[in-house]
Amino acid sequence: MIIVEDLHKSFGKVKAVQGVSFRAEDGKITGLLGPNGAGKSTTLRALYTVLKPDSGTATIDGINVVEDSVGARSRIGTLPHGSGLYPHLTARENISYYAKLYDMPADIIDGRVQKVIDELDINDFADRRTKGFSQGQKTKVSLARSLVHGPQNILLDEPSNGLDVMATRALRELIRGLRETGKCVLFSSHVMQEVAALCDEIVIISSGKVAMQDTPDGIRAATGCDDLEEAFVKAIDMVEAES
Amino acid sequence: MKTIRTVFLKEIVENFRDRRTLMSALLMGPLFGPILFAFVINLSVKQSLENADEALDLPVIGAEFAPNLIRYLESNNINIKDGPESRAAAIDAVSLGEEDVVIVIPDNFGENLSEMTPATIEVITDQANTQAEREARRATRALRAYGQEIAAMRLTVRGVSPMIMRPLNVDEVDVSTPSGRSAILLGMLSYFFIFALLTGGMNLAIDATAGERERGSLEPLLCLPVKRDHLIFGKIFAACFFMAISLSLSLTCFHFTLKFMPLQELGMTPNFGPAVVVLAFLLLVPFALVGASLMTLVASFTKSFKEAQTWVSVVLLAPTLPILVVSILMVRPSTELMFIPSLSQHLLLVGLIKNEPLNLLHVLVSVSGTLIIGALLTWVCARLYRREGLLG
Repeated sequence: MIIVEDLHKSFGKVKAVQGVSFRAEDGKITGLLGPNGAGKSTTLRALYTVLKPDSGTATIDGINVVEDSVGARSRIGTLPHGSGLYPHLTARENISYYAKLYDMPADIIDGRVQKVIDELDINDFADRRTKGFSQGQKTKVSLARSLVHGPQNILLDEPSNGLDVMATRALRELIRGLRETGKCVLFSSHVMQEVAALCDEIVIISSGKVAMQDTPDGIRAATGCDDLEEAFVKAIDMVEAES
Repeated sequence: MKTIRTVFLKEIVENFRDRRTLMSALLMGPLFGPILFAFVINLSVKQSLENADEALDLPVIGAEFAPNLIRYLESNNINIKDGPESRAAAIDAVSLGEEDVVIVIPDNFGENLSEMTPATIEVITDQANTQAEREARRATRALRAYGQEIAAMRLTVRGVSPMIMRPLNVDEVDVSTPSGRSAILLGMLSYFFIFALLTGGMNLAIDATAGERERGSLEPLLCLPVKRDHLIFGKIFAACFFMAISLSLSLTCFHFTLKFMPLQELGMTPNFGPAVVVLAFLLLVPFALVGASLMTLVASFTKSFKEAQTWVSVVLLAPTLPILVVSILMVRPSTELMFIPSLSQHLLLVGLIKNEPLNLLHVLVSVSGTLIIGALLTWVCARLYRREGLLG
C-alpha cells in the first residue's frame, strides 16, 4: 500500500508538485492521470526515492521513503519513464543482474528469472543481447526485471509509451494479473482510454495538485459527465480555476 | 560488499563484449605507445648514424682559389661540388632550402694566406633548419681544423712548438652508465604507460554515469534497494581492473619491442627485463584508482556520452603536466615529490630503468599517497552520485 500526504517538490522556481495526497491500496490498480507536465513523474520519482520531497511524506507499506529509502525501495518494483537496458547483456542477464542486486538468494535466482520470463512470454528472445530490441521487447524485459523479486508494490511510469496495440493489450493483461495476486499497482498515464480501461481508482493530477481521486464512476458522478474524457477535462478546469 | 561484487562482475562481462572498450583497453592503449616509440627511436638512430658516416656534399664557390683546402676537406669525407654562380645566388638558394650549406672562398684567399693576414671564408647557412645546422657544424669544424693545422705549421717553421697554442687540455669524463643515458629517452615511457592505463578504463568510466544516463538505465538502477555508494564503487573498481589489464599489456609489449630497437647503437642498454616489468606494474597500478575515480568524476558532470568523451580526454593529458614541469626543471626525486600521483610513478620508473636501487621510503610514499588521493576522489564520486541532479 502506498500513502502520499501533502507532497511538495520544486526545481528552482518551478513548483512541480504542490501538495499531492492520495492512497493506492493493495489488490487495486490506481492510475495517476494528468496532462504532460502535471507532476506525475515527479510524484513517482519521489516514491521510488530518486527525488527527495521538499515537504510532506510518503510511505510504502508503512515505510517512510525519506527516512528509510533503501527499505522503501526493497518493497517496490519500478518501471521508470524510458527505462533502458544494457545492450551487451542478454535479456536474461539483464533480469538476473537486477535479481542479484535485489539480494535474492543465489540458488533461487535462476528459477525466479525463468518464471518471470515465462510470465511475460519473452522466451523467444530471452537469450539474445538486447541491442536492437523493439520498444515492445524492451518494455517487457524492463518489466520482467522490475518484477523478478516479486515486489508488493509496482510503480509504472507511462508503461504503454511506444507500444503497439498488441503489446499494450498484453501489458494490460499483465497488470490485471498483478491485481489478482493482491499487489498494489500504481501507474501514470496521460491517455484517458488506458486509465479508463484498467483502473479501479483514478487520481487526476493537474499543475502539481490532485484535482480528484475516486473510482471511474465516482468521477463521472462528481463532474456530471457521462464520458470520462469530458470528466477529465472538467476536473482539470476546476483546478485551474482555483489557482 | 555483495552489491559491489555484483556490479563489478557485470561491468566486466558487459565491457568484454563491448568492442569500443576492448579496442581502447586491449589494442589502442597498449600498442600505441610501443609503436610510436619504436618509430621515433628507429628514425633518430638511423639519422644520427647515417650522418656520421655519410660523406657530406658541400657546394663551394671559388674552389679554384684554395686547392689545398679543398684537398684537405675531401680527405675528411666531404664531397666538394660546384656551388651557385655568385654569393647572392648562394644566399637565395640557402634561404629557399635548395641548399643546406654553401661555402664561399674569395679570390684573395691565397693572397691573404701568404701575407699571413686572416683569410675570410664564408659559411652560408640557415640556423633555423636543424638538418642544415648539423651540416654547417661539420663544415665549420673541418675548416677550423684546417686553420689549426696551418697555424701549427707556421709555428713549427719558426721553431716554436705548436703546444704553446694549447695551454689547456680539457678532457670530459662522462660517468653516465649506458642505462643512465637511456633514461632520458626512456623517461617518456612512463607517460606511455600512464596513457595506456587511462585509455583502458576510459570507456567504462564514462559508461558508469553519462552512458547509463543516456541509455535510461540509470534511473531503474537507482530504484533498487542498494546503496548508491556501492554501485559507484563497483563501477570504479571495474574501471581499475580494465586499466590494470591495459597497463600490463603495455608493459609486456614494451618488454618485447625494446629488443627490436637499435638502442645499443645509441649507447643505451635499457633495464627492462621481466623483473622490471613486474615491479613497474606494481609501482604504476595504484594510479589506476586515481585515474578511474578522476574520469568518473569528470564524466558525472556531463550530459551525454559524447560530451563526457571530450572532457575525459582532457584527463588523459593531465598526468603529463607534472612530468613535463619536472623534466624541464630537472628536479631530482625527493620524498615530497612522491606525494604527487603520476609524477611519483614517473620518477620511480625512471630510476628503475636506470638500474638504480629503489628507495623504499619513496615507494611507500608514492603507493600510499596515490592510493589516498584515489580514495578521496572515489569518495567525492560517491558524494556526487547521491545528488538528485545526477539524473539530469
